[in-house]
Amino acid sequence: MAHTPETSPGLHGVMAEFETGQALVDAARKTMGQGFTRVEAYSPVPIEELNDIIHKKRTVLPKLVLGGGLTGMATGFGLQYWASVIEYPMNIGGRPEASWTTFIVPSYELTILFSALTAAIGMIVLSGLPQPYHPVFNVDRFSMASSDKFFLVIESTDPKFSEATSFLQSTGAKGVYDVAE
Amino acid sequence: MDPNIHKPMALQETPVILPGHDFETVTETIAEIPLSKRFPLGWVGFLLVSLGLLGVLHLALGYLVMTGIGIFGTNQPVGWAFPIINFVWWIGIGHAGTLISAILLLFKQQWRMSISRFAEAMTIFAVACAAIFPVFHTGRPWLAAYWLFPYPNAMGLWPQFKSPLIWDVFAVSTYATVSIVFWYIGMIPDLATLRDRAVSKVKARIYGMLSLGWRGSARHWHRYEVASLILAGLSTPLVLSVHTVVSFDFAVSLIPGWHATIFPPYFVAGAIYAGFAMVLTLAIPVRRFYGMESLITMRHIDNMAKVTLATGLIVGYGYTMEAFFAWYSGSPHERFMMWNRMFGQYGWSYWTLIAINVVMVQLLWFKSVRQNTTLLFIMSLLVGVGMWLERFVIVVTSLANDYVPSSWAHYSPTIWDWLLYAGTFGLFLTLFLLFLRFVPMISMFEVKTLLPQGKIKADH
Repeated sequence: MAHTPETSPGLHGVMAEFETGQALVDAARKTMGQGFTRVEAYSPVPIEELNDIIHKKRTVLPKLVLGGGLTGMATGFGLQYWASVIEYPMNIGGRPEASWTTFIVPSYELTILFSALTAAIGMIVLSGLPQPYHPVFNVDRFSMASSDKFFLVIESTDPKFSEATSFLQSTGAKGVYDVAE
Repeated sequence: MDPNIHKPMALQETPVILPGHDFETVTETIAEIPLSKRFPLGWVGFLLVSLGLLGVLHLALGYLVMTGIGIFGTNQPVGWAFPIINFVWWIGIGHAGTLISAILLLFKQQWRMSISRFAEAMTIFAVACAAIFPVFHTGRPWLAAYWLFPYPNAMGLWPQFKSPLIWDVFAVSTYATVSIVFWYIGMIPDLATLRDRAVSKVKARIYGMLSLGWRGSARHWHRYEVASLILAGLSTPLVLSVHTVVSFDFAVSLIPGWHATIFPPYFVAGAIYAGFAMVLTLAIPVRRFYGMESLITMRHIDNMAKVTLATGLIVGYGYTMEAFFAWYSGSPHERFMMWNRMFGQYGWSYWTLIAINVVMVQLLWFKSVRQNTTLLFIMSLLVGVGMWLERFVIVVTSLANDYVPSSWAHYSPTIWDWLLYAGTFGLFLTLFLLFLRFVPMISMFEVKTLLPQGKIKADH
């Protein structure tokens, strides 16, 4: 090897394990209070508070969904108008070709279809999924994150990372582990 | 918050989840089924029966495609019969799943969490069965696609957008798509649990791919909760629109007994009524077979029976109003239609449906009935029969005797009508049994949010 072996191989961060959601929320609050900035929490159940404490930012997803819905409505109406008035006009019982009231139902359905697909795909893509590999999976204990344990990670890119391990040990964590890159 | 907190002792209800559960036991109980190597004998037995019925479906469809729709009893003047009856029946059943997963979510009804996953599965499978009828009643569906779906075709033709039938295509296909998406999104965190617990490499890989690499980070959960709420908000108007549009297929026409403004709400209520009965039909044996009584408690059974009662009463009101409108319209054709329904050639079907949907359902007022799972199971099957008869009465009696007596006739289904209908049960049950075995039938992460371990004290 060209370089001397390092004492600590590339680290993604340090992970602390907690028994309850309450302990995780308390620890997250303390961590942010200490001035750590590159922090992420993992839990088996949704805990609303964590996002407010750590990331303090709400997702743009609702706005995207509104855009998706409006696109769907325009598509539905446009499709019907174009097919019934421009491309293939047909006299049905003397009704006007552009009888917009009869276009309501498909426009409505496409509004919902496009919005729902935007919500689902948006959620997945904004979360960076699908992502088969992530360093946190290197920690054996992390397999409990989807069952009944709660985890807090301070990432190695944090400017105060050198204090991370000793700080997490002081939070009452059940265990503190290094997360290999 | 504990819903019992402000109630006197006597009114306290059975808890949504029986005491003694924590995160680990919930995961254990539910994840064990898809991850185990065992195929219980009862499950295999049911699967074989279902596969037999699925074979019947293939037989019926194969014969239909080779021969044509002449194999059905459908003919003038009864030009709509079994295919649309079965379509409406199946699609109606699906509505309960969306009601449980979307509308009850918006109303923060926590008891829905134990039953939402398999009610949604029921929705998707019921919609799949429903779709077979409109698709295959065309005989050879690949020749019919151009008037069902708007796509550029060699003939330069486009669908007729002024027809409720094309609205139905949009409503049902949107409903199917959104239901599948909602169901899958709801399953991602639980699939990640299976990935993390799977002992076998192959299972870990498969569940891992399906879970998309879900980690349950604060960011993930935040977006996830927002997306779920939006999907619930979108599914609510969607599910109400689906049976409304189905009822337009009838209400927009001019046949006596179909041309009625009460149809949309009356159809939606009937759909939810039949759907909740189907959830009971499935939940009662499943919770016993898999020992899920502590997660699907008597509280769930009781609540579902109450919803069945409430929607059943709306359906009963619908029947009353149909009769009243027929009389109040002053139209001799409408009045004859009602008289003919009650005392004409199909009078037996009208009185049977009244006996089930109006009379029998009143038993659900009694708590002792709602707590008796055997009785409830039988009643829920009968509700299925009653709602099928309702569609039969609406479709067939109105067409068999409409305006001109010289064109009246008697309709009876052929063996192929029955075999196709029986075959869809094979499809439904096969899909449902595979679902029970290979994915978590109860939403683990949602049930966990009901337990103290996941609860967070407000910060002051």
